[in-house]
Amino acid sequence: MAKFEPKIIAFACNWCTSAGADLAGTSRMKYQPNSTIIRVMCSSRVDPQHILRAFKQGADGVFVGGCHPGDCHYLTGNYNTLRRVKLLKKMMQDMGIDPQRLQLEWVSAAEGQKFVQVINEFTDKIRKLGALNLSKETSN
Amino acid sequence: MNDKKKKRIGVFVCHCGINIAGTVDVKKAAKELSKHKNVAHAEDYVYMCSDPGQKLISDTIKEKNLDGVVVACCSPSLHESTFRGTSEEAGLNPYQCEIANIREQCSWVHKDKQRATSKAITISNSIVEKVLRNQSLEPISVPLTKRAMVIGGGIGGIQAALDIANGGHEVILVEKSPSIGGHMIQLSETFPTLDCSQCIMTPKMVEVSKHPNIKLMTYSEVQDVSGYVGNFKVKILKKPTYVDPDACTLCDECTKVCPVVTSNEFDQGLTGRKAIYVPFPQAIPATYTIDAEACPGFLPIACGKCAEVCEPNAINFDMKPETVEEEVGAIVVATGYDLYSQKNLKEYGGGQYPDVLDGLQFERLLSASGPTQGKILRPSDHKEPKEVVFVQCAGSRDPELHCAYCSKICCMYTAKHAMLYKHHVQDGQPYIFYIDIRSGGKDYEEFVQRAVEDDGVVYIRGKVSKIFEEDGKVKVWGVDTLTGKDIQVDADMVVLAMALRPSGGAGELAKILKMAMDKDGFLSEAHPKLRPVESVTSGMFLAGAAQAPKDIPEVVAQSSGAASKVLAMFSSDELHHDPIVAEVDEDVCSGCKMCIRVCPYDARVYDEEKGVVTVNEVLCEGCGACIVACPSGATQQKNFSDDQINSMIDSIL
Ligand SMILES: Cc1cc2nc3c(=O)[nH]c(=O)nc-3n(C[C@H](O)[C@H](O)[C@H](O)COP(=O)(O)OP(=O)(O)OC[C@H]3O[C@@H](n4cnc5c(N)ncnc54)[C@H](O)[C@@H]3O)c2cc1C
Ligand code: FES
Repeated sequence: MAKFEPKIIAFACNWCTSAGADLAGTSRMKYQPNSTIIRVMCSSRVDPQHILRAFKQGADGVFVGGCHPGDCHYLTGNYNTLRRVKLLKKMMQDMGIDPQRLQLEWVSAAEGQKFVQVINEFTDKIRKLGALNLSKETSN
Repeated sequence: MNDKKKKRIGVFVCHCGINIAGTVDVKKAAKELSKHKNVAHAEDYVYMCSDPGQKLISDTIKEKNLDGVVVACCSPSLHESTFRGTSEEAGLNPYQCEIANIREQCSWVHKDKQRATSKAITISNSIVEKVLRNQSLEPISVPLTKRAMVIGGGIGGIQAALDIANGGHEVILVEKSPSIGGHMIQLSETFPTLDCSQCIMTPKMVEVSKHPNIKLMTYSEVQDVSGYVGNFKVKILKKPTYVDPDACTLCDECTKVCPVVTSNEFDQGLTGRKAIYVPFPQAIPATYTIDAEACPGFLPIACGKCAEVCEPNAINFDMKPETVEEEVGAIVVATGYDLYSQKNLKEYGGGQYPDVLDGLQFERLLSASGPTQGKILRPSDHKEPKEVVFVQCAGSRDPELHCAYCSKICCMYTAKHAMLYKHHVQDGQPYIFYIDIRSGGKDYEEFVQRAVEDDGVVYIRGKVSKIFEEDGKVKVWGVDTLTGKDIQVDADMVVLAMALRPSGGAGELAKILKMAMDKDGFLSEAHPKLRPVESVTSGMFLAGAAQAPKDIPEVVAQSSGAASKVLAMFSSDELHHDPIVAEVDEDVCSGCKMCIRVCPYDARVYDEEKGVVTVNEVLCEGCGACIVACPSGATQQKNFSDDQINSMIDSIL
């Protein structure tokens, strides 16, 4: 069997995390290629439904990146994100999906290095957790 | 064409020289992307952003009758507007063009060519799915108030205000202290030309006070800012001066009878002033202020002497703070700096020794209008100091204990201080302790050389470990790092080049303005290289030392830069605003108002008649928070709809 390569969707807000990911690129830092970024204007655009859909469609992990608290380009967007992700993690527990498969991080436009670090750590974590087998995870 | 089934998309894969092509097999990517059923054309090219590259795109749009374009290249923050412009020229709605970021977010961060190639294809395909569902949009026009507010009346704020006012627009200049002038008016002579600071500053201050386009509000602070670029509403608090400037004749009888002496900020505490005072002789506006904290007169039985002698009855203890509301289109922040307090440097005496001064105190000693009329006399006994030690980097470049950054201007003003000291005390000996000498700037290195060669300033490379007073001397212990020897100088006076900090209260102001600050509390520019005078909040600009330590030439250049950005903005009659805003399906909306709660811009309005919530497109900034809050799916963000995000997810997985 081929080595397990996790599939990860990384939502990133336009102003901080996506810009931080750009900085990682400009600085030629390297990270594992398992995650694909979906750029949204603000992390508060990420709907729990999108996250659940990603899991349903075969994502092994979902990452959400926003600006640090207080720094959201839209002032308070990321506080909504924080609440929604917390709530969703609880629901995931009930649904039988390991909440560790969803991760929220604050990465600013200046934190290229942090972006690399959190993506690598998250990828490693998901690699350890193994592939998400929805029917299996949700049945027990 | 918004029928996504029939939409014809063109995909253009850029090599960016080898920046992309070095890690991504661009030919393979184009070939794979052409397999998407809606991709009518896929092609790679060495530099899409070049003229021939753009021509390739626009020709293909016309030839192949494309309804949408995906350019797989660098970050949208770089060339989104380029390629949207290209598309528009070719007759396509610019919002039908999107960027797939395969450079910063793919080729530059991965090594394995095969995996990078497949990731580039995945990213590009997800953007194809997005464009398939993009609406054609028109930018939203926003009205523009062509008035500006400048906060801070130092040289930075003054320059910005004058430039904007001379450009024909009204400016409100808000200064928190009783006079404009900032730190520059405190300085003696300025490097590298040694021109008298007050002589070049006062004409500018007068120009501000006389300018028909400038409304000067001193002793005032910004309390609240709402609105958005082009349309800010600001509340400014005018603190009471307790003196009616129109009635006051400046006869100065009041200060003669005022019994209170308190520290004089203009002289950096080296002298005292009365509780009723004019900050300095050339103050603008030239009027008295009663320092409410020092004055006992607010209990009429306690004092009130000034009011008794004031013939024109200009003094009014009942004056109340006043809040003024103004509308402006742009805001320039020029709140400058403060010196790091000596209290923080315990090893240098923590501010307890009268003959250990900071740089601004020494400027006051040097100044002809200062406490000693420009004679160098040390504060403790008014004797002329014969040996003076200047310590650079006091509190700067010390990440463990103090400020990590270089305060940038201290090398130059310390050379100036030592030089001017020598001009005043010809038989005196100046020593400078330094870590490095940073004298980059026009005529700066020559200036430092002059201090060494013409004025005999002794530079000692090393750090001072301890400063203390003993037997009427200020003893300085240090190490000469060039020879490795311990050094002790028994000096008569010491001048510390204290680090520059953001001015007190800058943090609270930044919160009110919702402007970003860096880790040290200086205001952040939108881009460190390409947008140095703009803040990330559109319509707000930075000028002067509020952004980082700077000398006067740099402050003036940046302030004029900020002003020209404001003038460029004011040169059109309306602003355009990204149309990726929220929209509502009124048939589905139940009027639950959940969206109103999460909207930070008051862009959501409940329509009583229809029982639905609508969107004010001018106010909506397009964050999308309300879309997620809506329990009925009645609202979507244009070009970031649920359908789009879901189809991107599906395409990636
Ligand atoms: C010892 C010393 C010597 C120097 N010598 C030289 C020299 O020889 N040559 C040279 O080029 N440069 C010199 N400089 C640097 C020079 O002082 C600065 O470059 C310049 O003063 C910065 O101007 P600014 O307008 O940005 O800030 P500031 O001069 O600090 O002015 C800021 C203004 O904003 C006001 N303000 C602050 N907060 C608020 C608020 N919340 N609301 C309203 N108003 C507010 C302040 O009261 C002040 O009036 C020297 C500096 C020092 C410390
Ligand atoms: S814009 Fe980054 S979280 Fe809101």
